[in-house]
Amino acid sequence: MNKNVILCGVGGQGTILASRLIAYAAMKKNLPIKTAETIGMAQRGGSVFSHLRIGEGANTPLIAKGEADLIIAFEPGEAVRQLPFLREGGAVVVSSRPVMPVSAMIGQASYDVAGMIDYLKQNASHLTLVDADRAARELGSAKTLNVVLLGAAIRSGELGLGEEEITEAIKERVPEKFWDLNLKSLSWSEK
Amino acid sequence: MHKEFLMGNEAIALGALAAGVNLVAGYPGTPSTEVLETVAKRNPGNVYVEWSINEKAGMEVAAGAAYAGARTMVTMKQVGLNVASDPLMSLEYIGVKGGMVVLVADDPGPISSQTEQDTRTFGAFSKIPVFDPCSVKDAYEMIQDAFEVSEKYGTPVIFRATTRVDHGYEALEVKDPAEYRRNQPEGFVKDSSRWVIFPRLSVKNHALIEKRNVELADTFSAYSRNVIHKEKSGAGRKGIATQGANYGYVLDLTGDRDLRIMRIATPFPFPEKLALKFLKDLDEVLCVEELDPVIERALTYVCGKYGLSVKIRGKLTGDLPASGENSLEIVDGAIAGFLGEGKKRGETGAKEIGAKPPALPVRPPVLCAGCPHRASFYAVKMAMKGQKTIYCGDIGCYTLGNAQPLDMCDTCLCMGAGIGIAQGVFHTEPDTKCFAFVGDSTFFASGITGVINAFYNQADLTLVILDNSTTAMTGHQPHPGTGRTVMGQVVEKVSMEKVLKAIGLSVVLTVDPLDFKLSVETVKRVADMPGVKAIIFRSPCIALTKPAGRSEVDTGKCIGCGKCIRELGCPALILGEDGKKAKIDVSLCTGCTLCEQICPVGAISGGKKNDTVKEEN
Repeated sequence: MNKNVILCGVGGQGTILASRLIAYAAMKKNLPIKTAETIGMAQRGGSVFSHLRIGEGANTPLIAKGEADLIIAFEPGEAVRQLPFLREGGAVVVSSRPVMPVSAMIGQASYDVAGMIDYLKQNASHLTLVDADRAARELGSAKTLNVVLLGAAIRSGELGLGEEEITEAIKERVPEKFWDLNLKSLSWSEK
Repeated sequence: MHKEFLMGNEAIALGALAAGVNLVAGYPGTPSTEVLETVAKRNPGNVYVEWSINEKAGMEVAAGAAYAGARTMVTMKQVGLNVASDPLMSLEYIGVKGGMVVLVADDPGPISSQTEQDTRTFGAFSKIPVFDPCSVKDAYEMIQDAFEVSEKYGTPVIFRATTRVDHGYEALEVKDPAEYRRNQPEGFVKDSSRWVIFPRLSVKNHALIEKRNVELADTFSAYSRNVIHKEKSGAGRKGIATQGANYGYVLDLTGDRDLRIMRIATPFPFPEKLALKFLKDLDEVLCVEELDPVIERALTYVCGKYGLSVKIRGKLTGDLPASGENSLEIVDGAIAGFLGEGKKRGETGAKEIGAKPPALPVRPPVLCAGCPHRASFYAVKMAMKGQKTIYCGDIGCYTLGNAQPLDMCDTCLCMGAGIGIAQGVFHTEPDTKCFAFVGDSTFFASGITGVINAFYNQADLTLVILDNSTTAMTGHQPHPGTGRTVMGQVVEKVSMEKVLKAIGLSVVLTVDPLDFKLSVETVKRVADMPGVKAIIFRSPCIALTKPAGRSEVDTGKCIGCGKCIRELGCPALILGEDGKKAKIDVSLCTGCTLCEQICPVGAISGGKKNDTVKEEN
C-alpha cells in the first residue's frame, strides 16, 4: 500500500499533531513512513505543510506535484495553495473556517474566502468540506479540528488507514482525559 | 534494538548517545536545536549537557572536554559556525583526544536563516573532515562513524545536516541504552608541547594535517556510505553525482533509468579515487547538490587533474539554480534537461486545473497575539513619532517587528549586530536618534561587547532590551537570564541591570511594556539623554504563561475606527461580521490589554495578563 498525503494549514492549527497520529497509525501496521514538516518561523501565522509518504519505496519524504493521493487542509486558502500537488482523482478534505492573515486585516492584501471555496468545489473532484464551526459547536470544543479532519480523511478512502489504527494512535499519543472528546471528533460528521 | 519514529535531529542525538558521547554543548539555532534538547531528554544519566551562552563558548567547552579524552558534540546552525569558527580553526591545528563532532545544520532556502552558506566548503578552509547525511536513518548510523573517525585521527569532524534531514521523520531501528558504547575519559594529561598553540607547533601540525587528509581521502573512497549505484552504466554514458536530501530526490526521480549514480557522504577530504571510478567511461555528469557546487567543482578539478574529457554540469552550468532550495520539481527539470527528455513527474498525473485561483492569502510570519514585543515596538514608535530615528533590530522573534503595520526594524544583520550598526549610524549622523533592539538571549550571546563598545567609544544610543524570559524563536530554551538550565536545574540569574550598570551606564530602567502609558513616557524621557541608555522591557513570552482573562470588544461602544486593527497588527484582532467593528478571536487572545489601552473610546475590556511563567516540562 502506498499513499502520499499532504497536510496543510496555518502555523498553530495542529497540523504537526495530525501528522504524528497518521505516522503512529502507519507504524502500528508495520508500514514504512517518511515525513517532512515545516517548523520554525512558519509557525507564527505562516503557511505550514507536512508531506507524508506511507509504504515501501519512498527515498524521500517529499511529494512531487500531481502525486498526492490526499490533501488534508486545515484552511481553505492553504488547500488551494497545495492543490497542484493533488493527483487526478485524489481527495481533498478541508475545513471551511478561514484564518485571516494580518496582511489582509490591515488592508494590504485581499483574501476572498468564498472565491477560494468555490475554486475548490470546481477543481477538486473528490472534495469533503468540513464545517469546522458546526463541529466545534456540536463537540463542545474547537481544539480537535485536527481529529475531525482525520475522521473525514479516513472516510474519503484515500488515507489508507482506518479508524482502528488512528484510534490506537490517539490512545497512545493523547492523555486519557481527552480520549472521549477525540474519539467523538474522529467519528463526527455532518449528519 | 527497538523501533522509533524519529525526527532527524532526534536520530542524530540518539546516535551520539549510542557512540558514548560524554558532553554536549551548543546554542539554539534552527534547524539544529532539537539535537541538544533530545540529548537532554534521553540522557542516560552520565552525559553533561548545557545550552552555552553562544556557539564560541560551546565549542570551547566541548574542546576542553575532548582534550581530557571525553567524547563531545557541539551543536549549532550554520551561522552559529561563523561565531564558533575562531576556536574551531585553531582547534584543528591542536587536535583532540576524545572524539569531537561539530554538528552544523545548513538551511537551504533559506527557510529561517540569513544566509545559504554551505558548511561543506568550511571543510576545505579549516581542513576538517566533513560528513553529510542523506536521511534520518543515515544520520543515525553515520554520526557513530563520525565519532570513530574523529578519535582515530585526533581531529574534530564536522557533521553537516540540512533542514530536510534535520526535520524529516522516519521510522527506524535504534540501539537500546544498554547497547550504548561507554566512553571513560582518561583525563587531561599535561603536555604543553601538544595543547599550547604556537607558530612552531602550527607549522608542524599543518604539514601533518595535509598528509593526513590525503590518506583520509583514500580511506573515504572505500567508505561504505560513498556509493556508486549501477557500476556498469549502459549505452547512456551519463551519470549523476549527488548528496544529502538530493540523493533521495534523485533515486525517486530516476527509478530504473540507466544512469550511474554516485552519492558523496564525505565531501571533505573528497574521495578522489572513488570519483575516478565513477567518471570512467562517462561522457557527462549532472551534479545535484545543495548548496554550493562543491561536488561539481571537485569533479571538474579531478577531470582537469587527470585530463578526462567528461563534461561536468550542475549549478555552474545553469542546469540547477544558483540559489534557493532544490525542490523535487527543480531536480526533475534538471534531470529531464540533462537526459533530453520530458519531465518524469508532475506533468503526467497532475490535476488538470482550470482557471487560476483567486489570490492566495499572504502569510508572512508575525508576532503572536499578546506578544510583549508588539507593545515595546509600538510604544517606541509612538514616543518617537515625528523624530529622525533609526531602529536597528536583531535576530529573534522580535525581528518580526519589521512586519506591517509596526515597521519598527530598519536593519538586521546577525546576532548582536544591531548594537554596532546603531553606533556606526550615530557616528555618521549624530542628529539621528539611534535605537538598538536586542532580545534577552541575544544580549547575553553577543550583545554585551557591543554595549561596552558604545560606552567606551562614546556613542549616543538607546539600547532597548526585549526581555521575555526565554530564547523564544527557536522553541523557548533557557539562557543565563532565566535562572534555569537545560537539565532543569535552578540557578542564579545573571542580572542584565547589574551587567549594564557595571559597564558604566547611568540610565538603566526596567519597564513593563504592557503598561503603554508608562512605556511611552519612559522612552520619550530617555531618548533625549546623551550617552548610552538602556530600557529593559520585561514581560514573559505568551507561550510560557496562561492568560488570566481575555479581552472582548463591546460592539455598542466600538465606533469602527479600525485603529486597533490597523496600528497593532495583532492576529487576534479581526473584523466583526459587519466588516467594520472590531472583534477579538478568543482562541488567540492572551489578555495583554494593549488594544484596550489604545482604543480611543474604551470599547475593549476584560483582558488580564498573567506574568507567572508555567513550570517547564
